[in-house]
Amino acid sequence: MNEQQPVVPPASEDAGETPPAPGRRHVLKALALGVPGALAVSATPAMAQGSASPPQTPAAAPAPLRFFNAQEAALMDAIASRLIPADELGPGAKEAGVTFFLDGQLAGAWGAGDHLYRQGPFQAGTPEQGYQLSFTPAEMYRRGLAAFDDAVRKKEGKPYDQLAPDVQDAWLASMQKGELDFDPLPAEVFFQALLEGTMEGFFSDPLYGGNKDMVGWKLVGFPGAYASFSNDIERHGVIWRGTPVSIAQARGHHPAPGGEMPHKRGGGHG
Amino acid sequence: MAKTMPAVDVAIIGAGWTGSIIGKEQAAAGQRVVVLERGEPRWPSPDFQGPNVHDELKYTRRHALHQNTASETFTFRNHDGQTALPMRRWQFAYPGTHLGGAGNHWSGAYYRFDPTDFNMRSHYTERYGARIFDKDLTCQDWPLSYDELEPYFDRFDYLIGASGQAGNIKGQKQEGGNPFEPWRSRPYPNPPMKVPYAPALFGEAARRLGYHPYVQPSALCTRPYVNTEGLQMSACVYCGFCSNFGCEHYAKASPQVCVLPVALKMPNFELRTGAHVLRVELTQDKKRARGVTYVDGAGTEVFQPAEVVVLCAFGINNVRLLLLSGIGEPYDPQRDTGVVGRNYTHQTTSGVNLFFDESFNINPFMGAGAVAVTMDDFSADNFDHGPLGFVGGGYLQIQVVSGAPIGYHPVPKGSAAWGSAWKQAVKRYYNHSASITITGSAQPTRGSYLSLDPTYRDAWGLPLLRVTYDLPDNDIRMSAFLTERGDEIGRAMKGVQRTEPGPRKRPFTAAAYQSTHLTGGAAMGADPRTSVVNRYGQTWDVPNVFVTGAALFPQNSGYNPTGTVGATTYWIVEKIKSDYLKSPGPLVT
Repeated sequence: MNEQQPVVPPASEDAGETPPAPGRRHVLKALALGVPGALAVSATPAMAQGSASPPQTPAAAPAPLRFFNAQEAALMDAIASRLIPADELGPGAKEAGVTFFLDGQLAGAWGAGDHLYRQGPFQAGTPEQGYQLSFTPAEMYRRGLAAFDDAVRKKEGKPYDQLAPDVQDAWLASMQKGELDFDPLPAEVFFQALLEGTMEGFFSDPLYGGNKDMVGWKLVGFPGAYASFSNDIERHGVIWRGTPVSIAQARGHHPAPGGEMPHKRGGGHG
Repeated sequence: MAKTMPAVDVAIIGAGWTGSIIGKEQAAAGQRVVVLERGEPRWPSPDFQGPNVHDELKYTRRHALHQNTASETFTFRNHDGQTALPMRRWQFAYPGTHLGGAGNHWSGAYYRFDPTDFNMRSHYTERYGARIFDKDLTCQDWPLSYDELEPYFDRFDYLIGASGQAGNIKGQKQEGGNPFEPWRSRPYPNPPMKVPYAPALFGEAARRLGYHPYVQPSALCTRPYVNTEGLQMSACVYCGFCSNFGCEHYAKASPQVCVLPVALKMPNFELRTGAHVLRVELTQDKKRARGVTYVDGAGTEVFQPAEVVVLCAFGINNVRLLLLSGIGEPYDPQRDTGVVGRNYTHQTTSGVNLFFDESFNINPFMGAGAVAVTMDDFSADNFDHGPLGFVGGGYLQIQVVSGAPIGYHPVPKGSAAWGSAWKQAVKRYYNHSASITITGSAQPTRGSYLSLDPTYRDAWGLPLLRVTYDLPDNDIRMSAFLTERGDEIGRAMKGVQRTEPGPRKRPFTAAAYQSTHLTGGAAMGADPRTSVVNRYGQTWDVPNVFVTGAALFPQNSGYNPTGTVGATTYWIVEKIKSDYLKSPGPLVT
């Protein structure tokens, strides 16, 4: 039942194309114009000195970040690289732009706790009562990254992003188990926030700056904002071989940087 | 000093299913109606149009259509001996807000309660003896029967364009339908939904084991349909973005698709959004409501005078409004007195995770909120409870709700949570997993109830609703039994290499999603000592205040609530129209 011909999804002649990589000229234009969506597809945030990978951008270039400073971004990149590494299965969280994603989220309403009940008194509850800390996501990331950076530098004598991958993993595992002291922030709570944020950035629509080139969706085979499976849902066991579609692609009327004609992209939407 | 609006006949709190239906019906009967909705007006077009609506981060993770916990949440504790603490963010349920409420962001799973749900206490006592009930259970009979409600179930079926294959029309079993289905007067208005792969595999195994699987009834339309209000619905396209989303296709039934466009054409019907009701205002003797006070978008208090007030907020938020307004005596579990907040229940859910051979491509994203194969062999009293020693039951099914991968990327227990090993596991299992969902009844106990929190307040300075709840032993035994049956079916399914049964355990946790079916607290009953409202939803203490929705349930069924919410709403409003308007006063004495 799995050996049948692949289902050709409707509109796949358009959806199946790989989006052209934006040219260098477009990137520079986008930077100058401050188009946030355009940055996510063309740059990585790790611009700090001493990053594990050589910086792609001259250090003098302004980091297009709203929440993280350059040091935090480098640390976040290094953490994301271990939580979801680039490997033989494809790009990882760093390549997916998870740091960009988190930067946007933490700079925005969610980071400020727009849906977080923040009235006191704050007190430790039972596990069944759920999250009871006063930290907003932004406050937690700021404090947690600083505490982690501090702990690593004290013990290792160098920043996290310069450690060997297995040593990096051991540090994350310690944080996950709550063995590190980030008082008053429980290290294991911060680890979960990092992991959840990384998953969100890896799997959410590229609209938010992560999941660049839909690498998260391609890893698992999720079609994205694809609109209809009426014709496929009863073809049991037949793998879907279309190319995922993001909201921006399906929309089809985003002007390209530089004022060219919009990309023609199908997503099953009229 | 609050601003005062021109008086109306009926003030309705909340524009979800119940408020929209009551409002439209009352307006059609010539009443001047205002519906006060705290949220924003949101419509299929332009608000829910694709591709933008297909945004898991916005709608599921960031709660775009859920009550905002920053301004109003619940506090929670397992028992009276603990201090309740606020749910600082949603985990256990997703109460709705904005136009349509939870009736907009729901999944569309569509059932009627079983006849035995309505005579829970007397039915089980008659068949098994009174000892079948644990001493702590406070379940009780409804003051009305399934047979009385059937015409109103039928009416709601045809309002929402329900899809399904009838199993029992006026007592005649129907080929291909659910043999346990309670009788219905007509077929479903639309045929059943398409069946994806995993539910088909479930159905095949269940049938082989001697069970009776069928396609779950659904509030997602399966073909173009003009409903009983003359409104057009379209066929579901199985995009997989139903639960927590608004439907772009006018396929998922919602108040804004099925009722409100008609109501809004009536000159005596007004929908006022951004109107957050604080309380019902009573006369000095507390025997009559004068109207309601709400806060408008600018934060100004506004008094809306009304002859009748109908509480149509999200389920248990109606209980909070009663408590904040001083309507009815608050329940006291120590002395076992009072009624408001009594018989709160949730839904006893559990599941069995299934991991398939790699040659079985499940395609979890080809689905819809209510696409499932279900079996009722262990629902309600469809099986012999005698040797089992518990009351209630639940349905087993595989549904394919969503493959959106932030929330759905299953890996077997013991897999790495991160790193390359996790990546391998998630790639291996994403398209080769499913889960059997078990939706079970929930029995109320003396110690599980709703009350006002003594410490924590909402953005307007009013006490939050406090939920005190743990699972009764009865429901733990039921969950263990149902989950074992699910595991047997899972192991019998083709392609399944591994099953992970997860029966519900104590203590109940508010830190994990359970269900949005929060019920009870304003029980409908025949006795004012054990109920808040009479059989017409009218409060015993203040006859011009009516309550609708799941708060009326004396206990929760194993079936999803919306069908019964819709039926009871029509039942209530018809009585208001036929009797109350002619002679305002208590409908039951």
